[in-house]
Amino acid sequence: MIPANSKGYSQGEQFNSELQQRYRSATLWQSVFLSALIIAIIALMALMYNVADGAFGFVAYEYNNQPSEFTTTPINELTKPELLEILKLNLSSGAYNKLNNEKAMESRSYSELMNLFMERLIKIDTKAVYSLTDSLLNKAEITKEVKEKYPNAILEFKSWLTPQFLISPMSSRAEFAGVRTAILGSLWLVAIAILFALPVGIGAAIYLEEYAPKNRISSMIRTNINNLAGVPSIVYGMLGLALFVRWLEPFTSGALFGVMDSNGRTVLSAGLTMGILSLPLIIINSQEAIKAVPDSLRQAAYGVGASRWQVIWYHVLPNALPGILTGSILALSRALGETAPLIVVGASTFISIDPSSPFSKFTALPIQIYQWTTRAQSEFHAIAAAAIIALLVLLLTLNATAILLRNKLQRKWL
Amino acid sequence: MDNLKYAIVTNNLSIHYGDFTAVKDVSLNIERQKITAIIGPSGCGKSTFLRAINRMNDFVPSCHVTGELLLDGINLYAKEVDPVEVRRKIGMVFQKPNPFPKSIYDNIAWGAKINGYKGDMEELVVSSLMSAALWDEVKDKLHQSAYALSGGQQQRLCIARAIAIQPEIILMDEPASALDPISTLAIEELMQELKKNYTIIIVTHNMQQAARASDFTAMMMLDMDGSRSGTIIEFDETTKIFTNPNDKRTQDYVTGRYG
Repeated sequence: MIPANSKGYSQGEQFNSELQQRYRSATLWQSVFLSALIIAIIALMALMYNVADGAFGFVAYEYNNQPSEFTTTPINELTKPELLEILKLNLSSGAYNKLNNEKAMESRSYSELMNLFMERLIKIDTKAVYSLTDSLLNKAEITKEVKEKYPNAILEFKSWLTPQFLISPMSSRAEFAGVRTAILGSLWLVAIAILFALPVGIGAAIYLEEYAPKNRISSMIRTNINNLAGVPSIVYGMLGLALFVRWLEPFTSGALFGVMDSNGRTVLSAGLTMGILSLPLIIINSQEAIKAVPDSLRQAAYGVGASRWQVIWYHVLPNALPGILTGSILALSRALGETAPLIVVGASTFISIDPSSPFSKFTALPIQIYQWTTRAQSEFHAIAAAAIIALLVLLLTLNATAILLRNKLQRKWL
Repeated sequence: MDNLKYAIVTNNLSIHYGDFTAVKDVSLNIERQKITAIIGPSGCGKSTFLRAINRMNDFVPSCHVTGELLLDGINLYAKEVDPVEVRRKIGMVFQKPNPFPKSIYDNIAWGAKINGYKGDMEELVVSSLMSAALWDEVKDKLHQSAYALSGGQQQRLCIARAIAIQPEIILMDEPASALDPISTLAIEELMQELKKNYTIIIVTHNMQQAARASDFTAMMMLDMDGSRSGTIIEFDETTKIFTNPNDKRTQDYVTGRYG
């Protein structure tokens, strides 16, 4: 206790500081915030676990044709020349020539050839797929079950996410399907969305913050942009379908540029739709970043005789850029994961040709994942899980690139 | 009007924010190469008046100006006058030091660069820093951040930045209010040097500063008629204002019995 003062007059008697109680409520709130954080972390870990659970695990498969029909060497001792020889002998000459035209057989890697061997000649037939948890905890039971049900089957621990999975095109057989086409499609989408939405979004934000008079109309526009950020993505899909796929078809199909035999359902239409979808968030975030540039800086620049444009170009934009980029990264990440609008604007669900121009047919990772999870066979669920990991890594890579870029652009003295 | 003697002449200058008149009927003749201080209680429109001189108030949407503000006989609020050009001719130093988040060199060179300076940039930077009495302290770190300087150094950098665009007039809005007494003294000494080449108008709350540093003093105060508009109630040589003012209100204010 602090002793009462000796001067005899009242001091602080009208206060009741109740420190104990204040500390108690402080502790209470602190634990509330901590549990919120823990819940969030648990949710994220559950997500990661769920994905990993599907992407790895035991798989039981049978050979439709026994390797002994093609070679006397055990399968894992085959060399590249042997594989080439086997493929040449056993594939029909038409099929062999077709493959050779796609990519010369000699220049294919060992694992590519092995895959062809398995896919075209041995013809693997997956019988059962087990989750990672089951595979780790119930190995004995799985072995027993497979032995009883599929006496000829081979049981193997498999990671569905392999380098081969990343670089293979789409296939109707889950064992040989890959996400190359989907990854390239997603990259095209994001690139087109960035090219369209970043300049337009930042431009609109600059106009709203630096030029537009602060009146009723401009505040109405602001409010509406905020609302647009909450519109369901499927609505943007409908917009993209009407606007880009149908109305602007001569442009989006490439007919204007001499591209024939194409319709409006191109990666360009989808990319523009994604751009529109991320515009409101980019505008809002850019506005906030521009607002955060201190007014004293603008005044200083005007004070030495700068024009409005010079103030914006040399001071407002460079200082707002880190914030603008951070916000835009978030907006475009959302676009990368969108599925519904892509379905509406006509992403292909089965396509094995890489997108090569803005006027290509395309598919995207989320579309592929969605399509695979709706299949009945459990091996497709496994590759869907592997594709989710690929999508997450892609997202992480793009975000990391953007953050590095941002840090590089950020003035070193701020 | 004698354009040679006076740099700035205002005739019945009033500044309005919408319907509200913030500054009313100011008629002042500001002499060339002298320091004119504007003093008065808070909220009487000193800064508003100062910012009207280089048209910084243009950025306040509702602000408009009536009357005349002449620089060398040209009305700065005439239609054909470009405010950007006005601000090149009339530099400004703000209350809080506000260097650009750039190097010391770029802080000074930027204003000259965007205004199409054709001379030797290196030389301009050096001479501006010397004029602002900052050269000796920063000559070894010209390419380091201006934010690494102390508050007083930053303010002198802002003065150097204003000098670099070779203005006729330098406006100072309480330039020392965020600084310690030693830095304040440095700024005041600098002003005495600068007035050899420039006309300086300074707003200050510090009576001693006005008395020490200025040649002329304008006393501003809210109008007595209840309109809450500020106006100049007395303008004279500084010695006169501080020793023998005509107006009782000035007397009360400068002796500390008012405001």
